[in-house]
This record gives sequence, structure tokens and C-alpha cells, in this order.
Amino acid sequence: MTDDGFLDLQQLSKSHGAAFTLTISELTIARGEVLALIGPTGAGKSTLLRLLAGLDNPSSGHIRFDGNPFIGDRLTTTTRHRIATVFQRPLLLSRSVQANVEYPLQLRGTSGSQADRVRKLLERFDLWKLRDQAAGTLSGGQTHLVALARALVVEPDLLLLDEPTANLDPGNVALVEEVVRDLQQARGMTIVWATHNLFQARRVADRVALLLEGRLVEVGATEKIFETPADPRTADFVQGRTIY
Amino acid sequence: MSHLGLDFWRILGLSVQVSGLAVGLSACVGIPAGAWLGLSQSRVRPVLRAAVYTGMALPPVVVGLLLYLLLSRSGPLASWGWLFTPRAMILAQFVLALPFVVGITMTAVAAVPRELGLQLRGLGASETQVRWTILREARTGVLLAVAAALGRSLSEVGAVLIVGGNIAGHTRVLTTAIVLETGKGEFAFALTLGAALLGLALLVNVLILRLDAVRGRHD
Repeated sequence: MTDDGFLDLQQLSKSHGAAFTLTISELTIARGEVLALIGPTGAGKSTLLRLLAGLDNPSSGHIRFDGNPFIGDRLTTTTRHRIATVFQRPLLLSRSVQANVEYPLQLRGTSGSQADRVRKLLERFDLWKLRDQAAGTLSGGQTHLVALARALVVEPDLLLLDEPTANLDPGNVALVEEVVRDLQQARGMTIVWATHNLFQARRVADRVALLLEGRLVEVGATEKIFETPADPRTADFVQGRTIY
Repeated sequence: MSHLGLDFWRILGLSVQVSGLAVGLSACVGIPAGAWLGLSQSRVRPVLRAAVYTGMALPPVVVGLLLYLLLSRSGPLASWGWLFTPRAMILAQFVLALPFVVGITMTAVAAVPRELGLQLRGLGASETQVRWTILREARTGVLLAVAAALGRSLSEVGAVLIVGGNIAGHTRVLTTAIVLETGKGEFAFALTLGAALLGLALLVNVLILRLDAVRGRHD
């Protein structure tokens, strides 16, 4: 474990039957960094995010979160409230847009005092005019934006993003990257961002980790991964030569 | 007010009291039970589901007969002294309404996507908060469950006739009064009672729908 390790993963594995096992011998994520997880579909990005969110327990190995043991089904309320996750296919509650964004604040008992934060986020995502609209009537892209706003509104210490811009047009992709980056810099959030989009990984991440078939192939500074990767499989992947 | 008028209001009042209490009690027990069954991954769930669906088809006269045997002087619950009282009628309607509340709530909760619970946990929700939120997501189905139970209770005649005895001014409700008045050939009064029964069912269902709409707006 390093001194600045906000998240430390040691000898971690997670099996889904006999077909798939995620194996990470060691990975440290520093406080306040943005780590992009890249890799093809089925590489284990979502599995890793679920472990980091405490939504699943590893088959073996352990995770430390801010210096403390992190066991998914034994998380304290305080720890749970420091993490927010955005899923690849977000599901909104059958309430208004604004009520959806307020929901995580209600869980924390702070919705009354954070009304301004809700409004600012809705305005930044251009959703304020839709605030009273039923969430079920939104387009796919708008649904993703509400799901992002709902996670960002609590300003978590750890933000986990699973392909958060997969359904967005280029303008909204740029907007999301900008909003997340601004909040990350203002609040010093640690972000683990799974993405298929290599250009996005390069734009947003301080470091990049490549997962292939459940194994962590290489992790390093963004420029190094894209310019001078140590592993030939990384070079093949970032240069588009990996067939998957 | 005429004698018939007094009778009418007494019968209507007792119907509201008996069905209201029976449905209220079945909602208190049935909504949590249905929510648990809807969310449960337990191996006994299929058996319990089958039992609940069977309960929805319970013949009222059979329920009435069984409760009569339990509450009668020679029955194990004779000491309660409930036979031919409104309490026995509430119990009978509770037994008949409960499977409707449990079954429809269970179906409504089970229809909420499983993935939603995981996503709510990903936002920091505790297990209790997840369950409560999912139940709220299923609220239209839960209200439907209450409405169906109320329909069952208000229209039920067999069980309350057996355990209540249709005693004037004491256990006579709209349905049993309609049976009696029809038998006497007092069709005008029977039709008035029938119209009151329909009106009552309509009023309650309109109120339930309004409640759903208002809750939806506030969310």
C-alpha cells in the first residue's frame, strides 16, 4: 500500500462461474486522480467497478478504501455515502427529473440544504427546464445526463463511471467531461472511469489501466500508455490492432 | 327520517366500517408481506406464490363456513365470542382480502427491474432504503391491490352472511340486506342498496386514483 493510496487492491479476484475471472494482483488508485479503465467488452471493467462500489464482494483478495478494509456487504453508512456510481444503462425512478437528482441527497438527509446544488447541476446539464418532467419521458441521452447529475450532486469522494457517455452526442460528451472534470478539480474527487472510447480516456484521465480478458495488462500515466506502452498488448489495443 | 331511511344509513355505515377495517388490516399485513415476496430470492417463494394465488380464489362461503366452525360454541375460538358480531365479519373479509393485497403487491414489486436495487445501492442507499424506494416505485400496483381488496370486501356476501347472521341493526350490511330485500320482494329498496354499493365502490376507487395522481405529481 502506498502512502497516497486512496484505493488499494491486493490479489483481487472475482469469478462469475467457470467462464470468467477478474484477476488483479495489485492496483493502487491515488486520492484525487482520474483513472480510466479501458478494454474490450467483457474485459472485466464493470465487474471491477462493482467491486469498488461495494456492490459485490471479491472471490479472494482484498480492497482498502482510504486506509480501511472495504467489504461490500459490511460497509458503514459513512463509507457508503462517500461513493456514487453511474451505470452503463441507468435506471431512473418514476418521479420528476428534479426528484431523481434529489434522491441521493434524501438518502443522506441533506436534500433541504442542497437545493442550490441540484439547481446548478440541472442548469449545467441543460435540464432545468425539464425539472418537473417525468423521468420516464426523457430520451436516452437525457436519461444519462440525469443519472450523472444524480451521482454528482452528492459530490462523492469516489465517483465510479461505467460508460457514462455511451449514449450521448458529441456535444453532450464534451459537456459531461467538462462538468465532471470541473467538479473533480474543485472537490478533489477520485474517479474511476470505464470507457470504450480511447480518445475520451486520453482526454480525461491522469492514468489509464488496460484490462484484457479479466486481467490487468498495464497501468500507467495516460501519455505513457498511449505513446510508449510497456506491454505489446497495450500498444496493439491503443493503436486499434486488437481484434475483439 | 323514515324507518327505511334510518335502516339504509345504518346498513351503509356498517358496510363502510366492516369493509374499511378489513381492507385496512389486510393492507397493513399484506403490503409488507407482498413486498417481501416480490423481492425475495428464497427457495420457498414459488410455494408461497402458489399459496397466495390459491388464496385469491378462496370461495367466500367456504371461508365463512370454516370461520363459523372456529368461532361457534363448540369451536376452538368460541371464547372470543365473535360469532354473529361485526368482528367476525371483519375477520372473514380480512381473510378474503389479504391474498389480493399480497398477490397484487407481490406482482407489482417483482415487476420493478432487479437492476434498480443495485443502482440505488450504488447511490448510497441502505437495504431498507432500497426496499422502501422499490415499494414506492410499485405504488400504482399497491394501490390497485388495495382497490381490488376493497372490491372483494364490499361485494362479498357469503362469508359475512354465515358469520354475521344478517341481524338487523347489528350485522346487516349492504350485500346481505340486498339478499334479504330481494327475497322479500322489496325490489325498490334492494335496488337502492345496490346503487349505494356501486356508488361506494366508485367513490373509493376515484379517491385511490386521485391519491395515485397526486403522489405522482409530488414526486
